[in-house]
Amino acid sequence: MVEWTEKERAIITSIFSNLDYDDVGPKALSRCLIVYPWTQRYFAGFGNLYNAEAIKTNPNIQAHGTKVLHGLDRAVKNMDNIKATYAELSVLHSEKLHVDPDNFKLLADCLTIVIAAKMGSGFTPEIQATFQKFLAVVVSALGRQYH
Amino acid sequence: MTSLTAKDKNTIKAFWAKISPNAAAIGADALGRMLVVYPQTKTYFSHWKDLSPGSAPVKKHGATVMGGVADAVTKIDNMTSGLLNLSELHAFTLRVDPANFKILAHNILVVFAIRLPNDFTPEVHVAVDKFLAALARALSEKYR
Repeated sequence: MVEWTEKERAIITSIFSNLDYDDVGPKALSRCLIVYPWTQRYFAGFGNLYNAEAIKTNPNIQAHGTKVLHGLDRAVKNMDNIKATYAELSVLHSEKLHVDPDNFKLLADCLTIVIAAKMGSGFTPEIQATFQKFLAVVVSALGRQYH
Repeated sequence: MTSLTAKDKNTIKAFWAKISPNAAAIGADALGRMLVVYPQTKTYFSHWKDLSPGSAPVKKHGATVMGGVADAVTKIDNMTSGLLNLSELHAFTLRVDPANFKILAHNILVVFAIRLPNDFTPEVHVAVDKFLAALARALSEKYR
């Protein structure tokens, strides 16, 4: 069972309540596809991904980035039971989407970078540690149902 | 993993010119963050009195590490031979597990994003990530 201090809960709630999903979601996903191009394998049907500019302006990627980021809301609302909360999503990513779970960490790292850019010096080492802890728990839960 | 293209090298040199005036502070920030976010890395610094962000040993060592990165930028065309001494240092004296190079690299990227949010675009990010990975490989050269 993951233990969260009151401070950690407050940090996570604060980050997500101040989040511009329509900005951060697309930025995180497009950064992932640019920095780790092999992740594009999951988006073959999304249209033009030929270069960084195309990826950044692709409306399908933008919509999907927002969707993925909203997927984290469930974890924020159920921090004491993230594993169970994501059981179904884990099955989906394994059985239907066939996503290599190592990729979850890549997207998590890109999301960290985007949040860091937004928060600037407000993204203190302590806040970074809490945010990365949260993402690590999410990543673990999403990989849990793979077999 | 791929090696650096001419475009990568130009991107890296241009970005480095922007950050080099603050290299020491960036190194200190990245190192301080690493020790907080990845506590297992503190095992290499048990001889320090204070491992908190902004402490004297962290500031000093952050500057040293970033100096090494700056050196690697000047030797970007052949990092393996250019960084032989540093590789021997890390392999035989420091014996840092190479997995930690990736961890420090991540924190350097976070500090770049914080300090230069508009310059650290995805295109710059991928070039710098490749560079730091190549640097880690060069540092690991003499390990075994």
